[in-house]
Amino acid sequence: MATEWPQTRRPGLADALRGVREMADQHYGIWSWIATVDHKRIGIMYGVTAFIFFLTGGTEALLLRTQLAVPHAGVLDADQYNRILTMHGTTMVFLVIMPLSAAFFNLMTPLMIGARDVAFPRLNAFSYWVFLAGGIFLNASFFTKNVFSGELGAPDCGWTCYATLSSKAFSPGHGVDFWALGVQTLGIASLASGFNFIVTILNMRAPGMTLFRMPLFVWMTLVTSFLLIFAMPVIAVALFELIFDRLFNANFFNPDKGGNPLLWQHMFWLFGHPEVYILILPAMGIVSEVLPTFSRKPLFGYPFVVFSGIAIGFMSWGVWVHHMYTTGLGTVANSAFGISTILIGVPTGVKVLNWMATMWGGSLNLKTPMMFAIGFVAMFTIGGLSGVTHSVVPSDYQQQDTYYVVAHFHYVLFGGAIFALFSGFYYWLPKFTGKLLDERLGQIHFWLMLIGFNLTFFPMHISGLLGMPRRISTYSEGQGWDLWNMLSTIGAFTIALSILTFIINFIYSLRRGQAAGHDPWDGRTLEWTIPSPPPHYNFEKIPVVHARDPFWHEKYTEDEEGRPIPVVAGAANGHEEEAHDDHGGHGIHMPSPSYFPLIAALGFPIMATGLIYDYALVGVGAAVLFVGIYGWALEPATEAEEA
Amino acid sequence: MTLAEYRRGRGVEAPHEEGHVAEAEHAEKHPGPLEYAQIGSILAAITGVEVAIYYLGLAHTLLVIGLLVLSATKFSMVVLWFMHLKFDHRLFSTMFILGFILALSVFTVALATVGGKLV
Amino acid sequence: MAQAVGTAHLETSTGLDNRKLLMWLFLGSECLFFGSLIAAYLLYRDRSVSGPYPGDLFDIPFTSVSAFVLLMSSVSMVLALAAIQRGNVRGMQIWLFTTAVLGLLFLSGQAFEFTEFNHHGLSLSTNLFGTTFFVLTGFHGAHVTIGVLILLSLFTVSLQGRIQQKDSLNVELAGLYWHFVDIVWIVIFTLVYLIQP
Repeated sequence: MATEWPQTRRPGLADALRGVREMADQHYGIWSWIATVDHKRIGIMYGVTAFIFFLTGGTEALLLRTQLAVPHAGVLDADQYNRILTMHGTTMVFLVIMPLSAAFFNLMTPLMIGARDVAFPRLNAFSYWVFLAGGIFLNASFFTKNVFSGELGAPDCGWTCYATLSSKAFSPGHGVDFWALGVQTLGIASLASGFNFIVTILNMRAPGMTLFRMPLFVWMTLVTSFLLIFAMPVIAVALFELIFDRLFNANFFNPDKGGNPLLWQHMFWLFGHPEVYILILPAMGIVSEVLPTFSRKPLFGYPFVVFSGIAIGFMSWGVWVHHMYTTGLGTVANSAFGISTILIGVPTGVKVLNWMATMWGGSLNLKTPMMFAIGFVAMFTIGGLSGVTHSVVPSDYQQQDTYYVVAHFHYVLFGGAIFALFSGFYYWLPKFTGKLLDERLGQIHFWLMLIGFNLTFFPMHISGLLGMPRRISTYSEGQGWDLWNMLSTIGAFTIALSILTFIINFIYSLRRGQAAGHDPWDGRTLEWTIPSPPPHYNFEKIPVVHARDPFWHEKYTEDEEGRPIPVVAGAANGHEEEAHDDHGGHGIHMPSPSYFPLIAALGFPIMATGLIYDYALVGVGAAVLFVGIYGWALEPATEAEEA
Repeated sequence: MTLAEYRRGRGVEAPHEEGHVAEAEHAEKHPGPLEYAQIGSILAAITGVEVAIYYLGLAHTLLVIGLLVLSATKFSMVVLWFMHLKFDHRLFSTMFILGFILALSVFTVALATVGGKLV
Repeated sequence: MAQAVGTAHLETSTGLDNRKLLMWLFLGSECLFFGSLIAAYLLYRDRSVSGPYPGDLFDIPFTSVSAFVLLMSSVSMVLALAAIQRGNVRGMQIWLFTTAVLGLLFLSGQAFEFTEFNHHGLSLSTNLFGTTFFVLTGFHGAHVTIGVLILLSLFTVSLQGRIQQKDSLNVELAGLYWHFVDIVWIVIFTLVYLIQP
C-alpha cells in the first residue's frame, strides 16, 4: 500500500510504526488478534471474554446460593458474602450482558446491513480492549487483600453502591475505589461502542436498505446505542463524584457539609434505568430475528415493534424514581413516576403480542435457538408482570429490598436477556465457526436451564413476600424461608449443570460439529448469504436490497394463498443479480490493523491504579493514553475513511 | 454498482445534496469572515449587557429571566452560525438537540424531585 | 491527522461524513455530562453549611473578561475554518494559533481564579460550593485544555503542509468541539456567576 507522503521525507516514527503494523497484517497468530480491527474478530473476543466473566459471575452466584441454602450455613462470613454479592451483580451487568450484547452488535450489524466493517474499526478495537482492561481491573480487587486467608479485597457495597455506605468512612479500604474506577473504565468502552454503531447503522447500509428494511436486531442496536451515549455520561459524573468524595474529600454525598446522599441514587438510577433497557433491547432484537426464521413467517407488525423499541428508549428516561419510592420523595413524585412506569409496560406488551402473533400460524421449527427464544418470551413476560406490581407504589413499599425484587430482575435479565443471548449463540455462532452446535445437547441445555432457572428464582417471589430482605448473608430458621432457599440453591446448581452442557456442546461442535454452510436455518437476512465462516471482507459483492428480509425474498416468492414457494435457482425473482461487483475479493481494501487502540486502552487501568496507590502512576497512564491517541491519529491513512 | 450509481438509477438525489448545495452556491449562502466578525461583536455586546444588568439591581426574578434569555441567545448564535447547524443537514441538529433536550428535561425533573432550585 | 474526503460525493447512506456525525453525537452526549455537573451545582447552590460563599469570592468583572476571551476564541476558530475552506492555509494557521492563545489566556484566568479562591479558604473539601464549583469548572477547564492540545496539534501538523483545503474537515471537527466548550461556558457563566442565590 503506497504511502501518501512525498517520498523525499526521511523515514520517521510513523514509518517504523507502519512496519510494525505490517507484521500484524497477517490473518493468523496472536499478533493479528491483538492488532485486529475486524468486527468479526472483535465480536469473538467480546463473546469469549464475556463468557469467561459469565462463568466467574456464575461461580460467585453458586457461592452465594451455597451460603443461603440453609440457615446459618457458615460457608461465607458476612464480609465475604457482601463482596461476592457485589461482584456477582457488577459482573453480570457490566461484564456479561453488556459485552455479550456488544459481541452480537459487532458480529452481526455489518453483516445484516451489508457492510464490510463498522464505521470506526480502530475505535471498535479500543472499546474491546478497554472492556477487557476494566474487567480485569475490577476483578483484580479480589487480590488486594490476603486472599489465601479468606480476606477479599473486592468491593462490598452492592452493585448499586449507595451513598453513604460508599463513603470512605463506612467503606474504608480500596474495594469501592476499585468498583468506581472499574465501572468508570467500562463506561468508556460502552460509550465508544455506542457512537460507533450509530454511525455505522446510519451511514453504512447497503444500497436500497432504508431504515425500515433493516433487520429488527439492527434497529434495537441503534436504539440501544443511543441509550448508551446518553446514559453513560450520567454514571460517569456520578462515579467522578464518588471518586472525588473518597479520594479528595469532596462533599457531594457528605451529609455533614450539607450534601445529600440521595443525589447518588438519582444519578445512579438516571443512568440505571436506561441501563436496564440497554440490557434487554438487544435481547429483544435477537428474539425478533429468531422467531420469524423459525416460524417461517415475517415478524408480525414490524413497524410496531420498531416504534415500541423507540418508545421504550424515550420512556426509559422518565421512570427512574421507581427505584426510589421508599426514600421519602413525597406523593407527587411517587405518583408521577408510578404512572410513567405503568405506561412503559405498554410498548413492551406490544412487542410481546407481536412476537406471539409471529408464531401464530407459523410453521414452527423447534430447534434450540427457537426454544430459547420462546423461553425468553415466556420468562420475560413473567418478569414483566412482577415489574408491573413494582410500578404500583403501595405494593412496591412491601416489595422493595426483598427477594421479590431479586426474582423480578432475574426473570427479566436471566430468563430474558440470557435466554435470548443463548438463542443468539445457537443461531449465529455457526456462521462464525462454520459448525452447527449439537441439537440434542442444545435441547438438554435448554430444558435443564429452564427448569433450573425457574426452580432458582420463582421461590424468591415467595420468600420475598414473606419478608426475606435482599443482601443478607444468612438467616435464622423458623421464618418460613428455609424451603424456598433450598429450592433456589438446587435450582442454581441445575443451571450450572446446564451451562456445563453448553460448554461441552461448544467444544465438541468446534471439532466435530456438522458443517453449517451458508444458510443452515433457511434464514431471512443478509448474513445467511455469505459463507460460514465469512471471508474477512464479508461480502464479495455488496448486495443491493429491495425489501425487508431481503434474502428470503431472493429465495422465495408467494403463491396465491401467500405460502412461500422457492424461486427456481437461476430464475430471476423480479430483479436481476446486480450486486455491486467490488473487486472479486482480491482488490477489496480492508482497514489496516493497528496496535494503538490497545496501547491507548492500557492507559486507563494504569491511571486507575495510580489513583488508588500512587499518583505518579496517573502520569504514566496518561502518557500511555496520549501515546496511544497520538499514534492512532497520526497513523498512515488507511483506505477507508474511519477514525 | 456503487451507491452513487444506485441512487442515479433510482433518480434519487444523495441525501446530503438536498441540504448541502454544491461548493459554489454554498459559498454564497455561507457566512463569510465579515459575518462571523459581526456575530462576534453581537456576542460581545450581549455579554456586556448581561454584566450590566447584573449590576442594575433588578428584582431577582426579572434578573434571572433577562439573563436566561440573553445567554440562550448567545448559545443559539454560536450553535447556529459558528457551529453551522443552520446551514447543515438536519440530522446533525437532531443528534445535538436530542442530547440537549434530554439533558434539560431530565435534570429539571431531577432537581424538582430532590427539591433543588433552578434559579 | 487522518485525511478527510471532500464534502461532495460521500458514499454513505446519509451522504454525511462519518466523523462529522460522530462529533455531533459526541457533543449531544456531552450535554448529558455537563448537564449532570451543572445539576449538581444547582442542587447544592446555597446549601453550603458554612462559607466561603459565592458572593464572597466572585469577581464578576474578571470573569466577564475571561468569558469574553473565550467567546472571541470562537470567532477566531470559525475564521480559521473559513480560511482553510477557501484554501488559505496561512490564514488558517494564524487563526488557529490565535484561538489556542486565547484558550490559554482563558485557562490562565481560570488558574488565577482558582488560586484566588483557594487563598480565601475555598477548596474541594471546604463546603458544597467548593465541591461543586471546582468540579464543574475543573471539568470544563480540562475540556478546554484538551481543546488547546487539539488546536496546537492541528497547527503543528499544518506546518508540515499536511492540512490543505481538502482536509478542512479536520479543522471543522476541532471547531465544533471548541465551540461546544464555549457554549458550555456561556451556560456556566450565567447559571453559576451571574445568577447567585
